[in-house]
Amino acid sequence: MTRDEVRAAMLRVLGEIAPEADLAALRPNVPFRDQLDVDSMDLLNFVIGLHEALGIEIPEADYARVATPEACVDYLCAKREG
Amino acid sequence: MPILTVDMKAGTLTRWRKQVGDAVKRSDIIAEVETDKGLIDVEVFTSGVLERILVQAGETVPTGTALAIIREEAGAAAPAAPLVSAPPIPAAVVPAAPMPAPPGVPVETPGRVRISPLARKLAAELGVDPSSIRGSGPGGAIMREDIERAAAARIPSPVTAAEPPDRQARMRQLIGAAMARSKREIPHYYLSTTIDMARTVEWLTEGNLKRPVTDRLLTGVLLIKAVALALREVPELNAVWRGAAAVPSQAVHIGVAISLRGGGLVAPAIHDADRLSVGDLMAAFRDLVRRARGGGLRSSELSDPTITITSLGEQGVESVFGIIFPPQVAIVGFGKVAERPWVVDGQVVPRPLLTATLSADHRVSDGHRGGLFLGAVERLLQEPEKL
Repeated sequence: MTRDEVRAAMLRVLGEIAPEADLAALRPNVPFRDQLDVDSMDLLNFVIGLHEALGIEIPEADYARVATPEACVDYLCAKREG
Repeated sequence: MPILTVDMKAGTLTRWRKQVGDAVKRSDIIAEVETDKGLIDVEVFTSGVLERILVQAGETVPTGTALAIIREEAGAAAPAAPLVSAPPIPAAVVPAAPMPAPPGVPVETPGRVRISPLARKLAAELGVDPSSIRGSGPGGAIMREDIERAAAARIPSPVTAAEPPDRQARMRQLIGAAMARSKREIPHYYLSTTIDMARTVEWLTEGNLKRPVTDRLLTGVLLIKAVALALREVPELNAVWRGAAAVPSQAVHIGVAISLRGGGLVAPAIHDADRLSVGDLMAAFRDLVRRARGGGLRSSELSDPTITITSLGEQGVESVFGIIFPPQVAIVGFGKVAERPWVVDGQVVPRPLLTATLSADHRVSDGHRGGLFLGAVERLLQEPEKL
């Protein structure tokens, strides 16, 4: 899976959680919480959605590492390669 | 057409789930209603046969409009039982003052109307037709407060007279009027306490390491469970106000304030929250949030809360003192869990602290009992493994 495919999968999951969000306008290095109307339930659903889409389980201790769109893609790509 | 959300004056019936001639039983979903907050599943509150549909799919009607006639099963109904069934107005979420609808969904009630003499006299004085409303008393009997609310609902309130153009403005106007009434009629008292959450956070973190991602718990679930169990110790806070007295509820139905995308909120109930394991409670909470934001709340979830929890911790708020949703008699608030200095064994140490608050109706409880309740919440959170 390419980086672009990982990013697309992440955006699909995000779109299901925050359907009102303009994903095209998402700033890559700004935390999700600062640019989307999301709470801890949304973030949990995001993590569950990524697990279902990509088979990657993100432990709570790593939540800070997936806090922004770009960091999240980095993390997921690293996990898939690892 | 039941009032299903705080800003609802009318609803569009989008789909009938049952057809004329279908047998229905209590709690069946009979129809879907479109509101500003999505589709709500309308449940039926009696068993029988759907005899006639009064509102067709696609029609928009004011709240209080009868939707259908249900013929109750032979022998199952009292002679005066209403034939039209619809859920009661969810007063827990929708205080009655600014609402145009009567206290119960209008029913077609052939034969004798069950009404107390006092209520009948009042109805005559106020010009209210008792046969047009559904009573909140035993067996659907019409009580004095039903008449009062029906009369009040007919009087255009100055606040609602000028309808603002957009949904957000309407919602703010109605919430404002409802909360003003709550503050005017309910003598609130307020308490707060600071809870050391170290054990809870530690237990949660350790447990979530072992749980699959789909079973992870959120702190909020432990707070809901602690509140639910604490209510067993101070049951007078788990009640609804009816007429001139509080009626304690045997069941603990926790209303959870859920913010909606694009603004506004609903506070649907997690039924029997005190009886659910934290795992089941988490699943119920997750499902409730999903349906609150995506559509599919059941009308009973909006009508049944016996107390509400509101939390603004995720917005960085340290404490929140809520305004009681009538006819409930208390609301519990939680702020954020934040690392702050705390004295433990004579030493100042950093601890994750949480401010819990209680706003309660002084007609029903006093500060002593409220304090015991908050104390119970704090104690329960020190043993999260027992929740």
